[in-house]
Amino acid sequence: MRKLRELAGLASAFLGATVTTAQADYGLLNMRVGVTETSKSVYELHMIIFWVCCAIGVVVFGAMIWSMIHHRKSKGAVAAQFHESTTMEILWTVVPIVILVSMAIPATTTLLAMEDTSNADMTIKVTGLQWKWKYDYVDGEAAGVSFVSSLHPKHNEARLLGADVDLSQFGDQYLLDVDNPLVIPTGQKVRFLLTAADVIHAWWVPDLGWKKDAIPGFVNEAWTKVDEPGVYRGQCAELCGKDHGFMPIVVIAKAPEDYAKWVSEQQASIAAANASADREWTMDELMAKGEQVYTTSCAACHQANGQGLPPTFPAIAGSAIATGEPDAHIGLVLNGKAGTAMAAYRDVLNDVDLAAVLTYQRNAFGNSASAIQPAAVKAAR
Amino acid sequence: MAHTNDHYYVPHGSHWPIVASVALTVGVVGAANWFNGNASGQAILYLGLAMVAFMMFGWFGTVINESLKGMYNEQVDRSFRQGMMWFIFSEVMFFAAFFGALFYARVLSVPWLLGEDLSTHQTLWSAFGENWPTNGPGNVGGDFQTIGAWGIPAINTLLLLTSGVTITLSHWALKANDKGKTVLWLIATVALGSVFLGFQAYEYVHAYSDLNLTLESGIYGSTFFMLTGFHGMHVTLGTIMLIVITIRAAKGHFSPEQHFAFEGVAWYWHFVDVVWLGLFIFVYVL
Amino acid sequence: MSTATATHDDHHDHGPAKGLMRWVTTTNHKDIGTLYLLFALVMFFVGGAMAMVIRAELFQPGLQVVDPQFFNSMTTVHALVMIFGAVMPAFTGLANWLIPMMIGAPDMALPRMNNFSFWILPFAFSLLLSTFFMAGGGPAAGWTLYPPLSLQMGDGFPFMIFAIHLAGISSIMGSINIVVTILNMRAPGMTLMKMPLFVWTWLITAYLLIATMPVLAGAVTMLLTDKFAGTSFFSAAGGGDPVMYQHIFWFFGHPEVYILILPAFGIISAIVPTFARKPLFGYSSMVYATASIAFLSFIVWAHHMFTVGMPVVGELFFMYATMMIAVPTGVKVFNWVSTMWKGAMTFETPMLFAVGFIMMFTIGGFSGLMLAIAPADFQYHDTYFVVAHFHYVLVTGAIYSIMAATYYWLPKWTGNMYDEKLGKLHFWISTVSVNVLFFPQHFLGLAGMPRRIPDYSVQFTDWNVVSSIGGFVFGVSQLMFVWIIVKAIRGGEKASDQVWEGADGLEWTLPSPPPYHTFTEAPQVK
Ligand code: HEA
Ligand code: HEA
Ligand code: HEC
Ligand code: CUA
Ligand SMILES: [Cu+2]
Repeated sequence: MRKLRELAGLASAFLGATVTTAQADYGLLNMRVGVTETSKSVYELHMIIFWVCCAIGVVVFGAMIWSMIHHRKSKGAVAAQFHESTTMEILWTVVPIVILVSMAIPATTTLLAMEDTSNADMTIKVTGLQWKWKYDYVDGEAAGVSFVSSLHPKHNEARLLGADVDLSQFGDQYLLDVDNPLVIPTGQKVRFLLTAADVIHAWWVPDLGWKKDAIPGFVNEAWTKVDEPGVYRGQCAELCGKDHGFMPIVVIAKAPEDYAKWVSEQQASIAAANASADREWTMDELMAKGEQVYTTSCAACHQANGQGLPPTFPAIAGSAIATGEPDAHIGLVLNGKAGTAMAAYRDVLNDVDLAAVLTYQRNAFGNSASAIQPAAVKAAR
Repeated sequence: MAHTNDHYYVPHGSHWPIVASVALTVGVVGAANWFNGNASGQAILYLGLAMVAFMMFGWFGTVINESLKGMYNEQVDRSFRQGMMWFIFSEVMFFAAFFGALFYARVLSVPWLLGEDLSTHQTLWSAFGENWPTNGPGNVGGDFQTIGAWGIPAINTLLLLTSGVTITLSHWALKANDKGKTVLWLIATVALGSVFLGFQAYEYVHAYSDLNLTLESGIYGSTFFMLTGFHGMHVTLGTIMLIVITIRAAKGHFSPEQHFAFEGVAWYWHFVDVVWLGLFIFVYVL
Repeated sequence: MSTATATHDDHHDHGPAKGLMRWVTTTNHKDIGTLYLLFALVMFFVGGAMAMVIRAELFQPGLQVVDPQFFNSMTTVHALVMIFGAVMPAFTGLANWLIPMMIGAPDMALPRMNNFSFWILPFAFSLLLSTFFMAGGGPAAGWTLYPPLSLQMGDGFPFMIFAIHLAGISSIMGSINIVVTILNMRAPGMTLMKMPLFVWTWLITAYLLIATMPVLAGAVTMLLTDKFAGTSFFSAAGGGDPVMYQHIFWFFGHPEVYILILPAFGIISAIVPTFARKPLFGYSSMVYATASIAFLSFIVWAHHMFTVGMPVVGELFFMYATMMIAVPTGVKVFNWVSTMWKGAMTFETPMLFAVGFIMMFTIGGFSGLMLAIAPADFQYHDTYFVVAHFHYVLVTGAIYSIMAATYYWLPKWTGNMYDEKLGKLHFWISTVSVNVLFFPQHFLGLAGMPRRIPDYSVQFTDWNVVSSIGGFVFGVSQLMFVWIIVKAIRGGEKASDQVWEGADGLEWTLPSPPPYHTFTEAPQVK
């Protein structure tokens, strides 16, 4: 009897826990309600199914627990011998079907709305790379803006094995902060074109209410419309290799005026970059910029000290390619190497960044070879 | 033939299964090393294959001996037959995976790349405009030509269909206890199978040397060679099995009532035949 | 059914051979069943040890124990070992032991092949585990091996693929054997609709295995050629599609998860009536429900792929089909509850595990149903909510049923009763800790923690600590299980032939332990 009570107690503990779950709207027990129409209807759908399951659970577990308490041999119960009832069988086939159909209806409506990417106000192309995101503003006022977004360098140091850094300094943003966040305007329907350069990734910001895979060679569409300015964080949600856990997403929704300001800043820096691509760079400039690009773009595989992680990721230090003919080096990095983790950086980095990182690779870690100018990269494209 | 035992035969311990496990393991370790570019890989692979062959001789030899001694009753025979049928079913599903890949590429992925999935086409592959047969937007493996259906493939279809007839004639002869004809029709079947394989080999050489159609010719080359290649491997296996039962038939191993091995091989041959029809239609004609 | 009596090539020797070679060359269904069960137990600990590494790394935010690549290979190999090395072989072991005894057969239909099916497994898993010592390390792309990521693996890649091929060959042969045994070896009078449900569920499981394992073999073969032979199945540049792999994989993968649960349904359907002392409610509806689940399992695979960007009609179809599975599964749950209803129940260890199974499997089923709702799955997918779902159906489902079966039939196998006190203790510690382990993972998933990550943001710390503690306790308490089994093998109170008061079925008419050769004369079933 005591054990039975324990069992019953356990069962009610489940239910208790789940009920608390349901009541906490935000916080760490339940799904986030999010900030978009979509996320709100997904949340509602989630709660409906949840409560339906709870109700069925109460009936099924209730019946089970009742019979475990009352139909025990130790209580003198004598087993009945019935073993069939067509009525019951029909009943418990039909009732669940009815419940399921009534759940399928709102699910269908929500799904159709989520998949409707038509009439968007602007389009952003999102490309997943091991292990960073690249954003291209395809149209609208920010057309042409393009940048790579990776884990914030501070977090990147803190997350190393045995780093022993106090993580509480990051609040609840540990691993959820990036160097260059994605910025979108509020009140506009933003269409996303998702793809990847190497392996499959998935772009997920819980507050927006969906995730979608970024698949190399194919483009998926999704959309969002955020009304509240704010910072919304998420992560890559498809296993994409060693640093899958370290490719966060930060979306900043800005009111239209602020957004316009951000766009003009971006365009100014693009113009500056374009201008600088045409001039001759000094070795020091290239090395300084190169180190920066190397750290964010290459060090995940080839390591900060250039030693790589052989045999998977070759060392740059002493590499025949990185110390050899410039053309081979440029070509490899522009086009990547099919069938390996070495992706094509043609569409990821601009001429200046490429020239800088190539020069850096050729002259850091004890390497010593000729510098590469942006013009050379441009010519090789 | 000894008398047929009326009891279900349960063999005692056998060392063939463990030999088989070791042989398979040696084989795949060899193959894996070979793929990784290790010099010794191929040799180990051949060693494994030799062990597999040795094991097959031994294991099947034991079974044939027991069968000849009359240790198998009708129920054992039924177990063998049902086992063979389910094995063939599993082979059907293996081919289904590759046919699935073919259909997926033709019905979904290639049309998507071509523009049925507009954003994919426009964003990534706007220059791609080549429908089936295709090696994809990357022109992987370079330009290639395909093998028409109405040359060798059509002849091969006729060959295999005919071989389905000859093996049935052989079966009828066996049931009529006519050993001479049984063996004769079996030899005809083996001959047809071998000619088929010869043509297939010729076709492969032609594809590689003249048409630039290779395993690396994008999705067309991949599905073409994987489907016809695995089929060809099955025909080879089937032909070897046919040769074995031809010899056994000549030795008088089969009786009109009991000839599981014959029927097993015949079913297998029909299966290989039907797969070819699917191939002919979906790989060559359409 | 003509004759079902047996002879052997050597009429004088009716006992097993001696020494190690007995086990290596055996063709006896009980020996092979034992081998399978022991192998599964070892693999459970190997896979469990990897789970402990996972839980240790996730105990705190930040990386303390392993590097990310190794963490990923722990996740991957943990799953492969648990599914292909622990649960499937355990079920096959039970099938070997029990099916001949339940249908009144002398042995399995193809005894030599039976030995072969088993002995491939140790080789297959040695190959798989050996990849850890190769350049590039073990597989780390998740047990689903999605390309292109899986193609980035180092030297171990072909070894892993071949290990899967070998394990697949083993499963196919094992399943052919089981189907043929069931269809061809039943004792006179044992009609299909008189077969115990365990036999029925295994018949259907074996069918699923024969139908889907070759498809997995095809899928991984395409991975192999994409890596080494230059094919373009999974590469858009050549006209293929990485998502094609996912379709083929899940065409296998979803039936696979029912392969991991249907035999469990059979076990529970044997245990509940015994301890309720009441016939199983709705026998024939159980059979039909099993068949419907098997049928549906072939048309729901893409619910694992709601986020890959399928056309919306596809998403709707797979959503509806998936939801339908709740109906036949519900029939089963309701039948079990009705079997208990108005019974005269006692709660020995097997029954405790069976009751635990029904409750916790149902919880796992509910979360499965939530995942089936495509728009909601856009949030749940690839989070710990999914991890919680499948551990409820796999650990408190499949593993619990295997433990229930072990306690239930152990006295029959060994002739000795196990230690009931320890058994109950094992149940209670396991049940409390397993819920501490997996229930909070629902919260983590909903709060936004992705799966397959070695490190997480600090707000997820609390529930991860709880979960890890639950995991360690659950892990250590499994040592009790081993101890109880060892104890029962070595001795203990002698079991009667019937063992359980309410037990019903041919296996209980045999002595405990049963003779080396099961039914040399076929029993007559009325
Ligand atoms: C034993 C294994 C097992 C079983 C039995 C199930 C059972 C089910 N599973 Fe699960 N599943 C897995 C193992 C299993 N699953 C695994 C391993 C994964 C992850 C794979 C990976 O990605 O690595 C997974 C993932 C998974 C997903 C993908 C999630 C994602 O990645 O986003 C989905 C989505 O639909 C799903 C759904 C279901 C459903 C609907 C059932 C149903 O069969 C459940 C039916 C049962 C019930 C519903 C409860 C009892 C019924 C009643 C009491 C009747 C009344 C009920 C109602 C009307 C609601 N499962
Ligand atoms: C039948 C299948 C099965 C079983 C039984 C289990 C059992 C367990 N699983 Fe597993 N799991 C999967 C199938 C299974 N799992 C699958 C399919 C995945 C997905 C993989 C993927 O994403 O690709 C997964 C993934 C998975 C994850 C997510 C990893 C990630 O996303 O990165 C986690 C994390 O907690 C986990 C934990 C556990 C734990 C703690 C157990 C425990 O139940 C294990 C208990 C057993 C033991 C612990 C062994 C016995 C005891 C000892 C060895 C003694 C020593 C003990 C100590 C030192 C404490 N599993
Ligand atoms: C996701 C992992 C990854 C990232 C990030 C990466 N590489 Fe690589 N890189 C590789 C791999 C794997 C190879 C080996 C390819 C092969 O097998 O030939 C490689 C090879 C190279 C080589 C040739 C080295 C040799 O001697 O063979 C150079 C040069 C190189 N990468 C430069 C870069 C630069 C520059 C960047 C950043 C802009 C970069 N890589 C980012 C994975 C990566
Ligand atoms: Cu990118 Cu995970
Ligand atoms: Cu599924």
